[in-house]
Amino acid sequence: MIVLVSLLVLLMLCSALAALIFKDLLNAVIASCVVSLLASILFYFLHAPDVAMAEASIGAALVTAIFIIAIRRTRRHEE
Amino acid sequence: MRVFLSLLALAVIALGIAMTLTDIPFGKPKADIATHYVENGREDTGAVNIITSVVLGYRGFDTLGEVAVLFVAAMGLGAVLATGTRTPKANGWEPASLVLYTGCRFLFPLIVLFGAYIFIHGHLTPGGGFQGGAIIASAFLLTYLGCRGRRVHEAWSSAVESLGGLTFVVLGLAGLTAAGHYFLSAFLPAGTLGQLFSGGIIPLIYIAIGLKVGSELAGVIDRLVEESQ
Amino acid sequence: MSFLEDYAYYFGAFGLIFIGLLIMLVKHNLIKVIIGLSILDTGVNLFLISVGYISNGTAPIFCRDDMDPSRMVDPVPQALVLTAIVIGVAVLAMALAIAVRLYQRYGTLDLRKIKELRW
Repeated sequence: MIVLVSLLVLLMLCSALAALIFKDLLNAVIASCVVSLLASILFYFLHAPDVAMAEASIGAALVTAIFIIAIRRTRRHEE
Repeated sequence: MRVFLSLLALAVIALGIAMTLTDIPFGKPKADIATHYVENGREDTGAVNIITSVVLGYRGFDTLGEVAVLFVAAMGLGAVLATGTRTPKANGWEPASLVLYTGCRFLFPLIVLFGAYIFIHGHLTPGGGFQGGAIIASAFLLTYLGCRGRRVHEAWSSAVESLGGLTFVVLGLAGLTAAGHYFLSAFLPAGTLGQLFSGGIIPLIYIAIGLKVGSELAGVIDRLVEESQ
Repeated sequence: MSFLEDYAYYFGAFGLIFIGLLIMLVKHNLIKVIIGLSILDTGVNLFLISVGYISNGTAPIFCRDDMDPSRMVDPVPQALVLTAIVIGVAVLAMALAIAVRLYQRYGTLDLRKIKELRW
């Protein structure tokens, strides 16, 4: 169990770093979506099913969609 | 220079947080209020899900404020994005592709049904108005993918939104007439614990919040999508 | 191993807060700054939830009558975080709308080129 949790935390921090590094904003948004998804799994392990559902449906789905719409209205690459 | 200053500030913040974290033990009970809520939540509010009884029972007024913040943010978003010269909405829409359109038509009612299930059973199972509303908003997001140019009907959306907010406030004001004489006091019978029709006003408020959050988030997406097509 | 058990969640939450702040301070692109804000948000939520955790606990939902209330995790941070997530998406949408308007006005998202936002 604790090995799984540590792996998930490590993966989550790696995707957060990926969001920092990527120059393509679309990739960065997808990386931050992965951060939210892994955080929702961690919420489930912490016995917070309500928060896990909110994070999965809002943090991973709606926020990503809003970011992608905004990127489509502006420009995709960070200069 | 800027990066150096930022890293310096972050190092100071990191040191502060790390020193605080060593003082907070992980996995131990910390607050007495939690014990009180967990032990008395079922009798006080009639909800089996203690999180629901905290959100709508003990801290119901706070939740009303939170719904108001959401409303103000959606309104502010509309004000920021308004260009003044509003182009009339195009009525026509076309399916994006056959597979996407068919899948969207098949999935849309199922997702709305699932969202409604989540917020109607908010006092019994994990979930509630906020999660169910977000799921319903994601169903509307699916229609933007499947049907190019299709829009949420604005009058219906704002009517549902106002109805949800109004229901919350009216139920709260009706609580003033009940025994406790305070805002949002439970004036309906609590019913049998664990049944669908139980918990007094809590399922009603969660249904109102679900409709309101769903139409509001769908409206936010609608306003952001507008003009970009 | 017990060190991991004690600090894995705190380390994750703290790392997210740190990386989010780093993105917000170092990056020049406005949308990148907002991505940092959303990561910071997730980190703070994860920290609050992990503070309320109890070892070998159960979720604070009485799905059966014979559940032990003393083993349930703290419901208060969960209720707070539930509202914080919804507020977070509203704030993000608002920030992105302002970013879109700034792009329409200045034609760029670079904070160094938008004169009024430079620091």
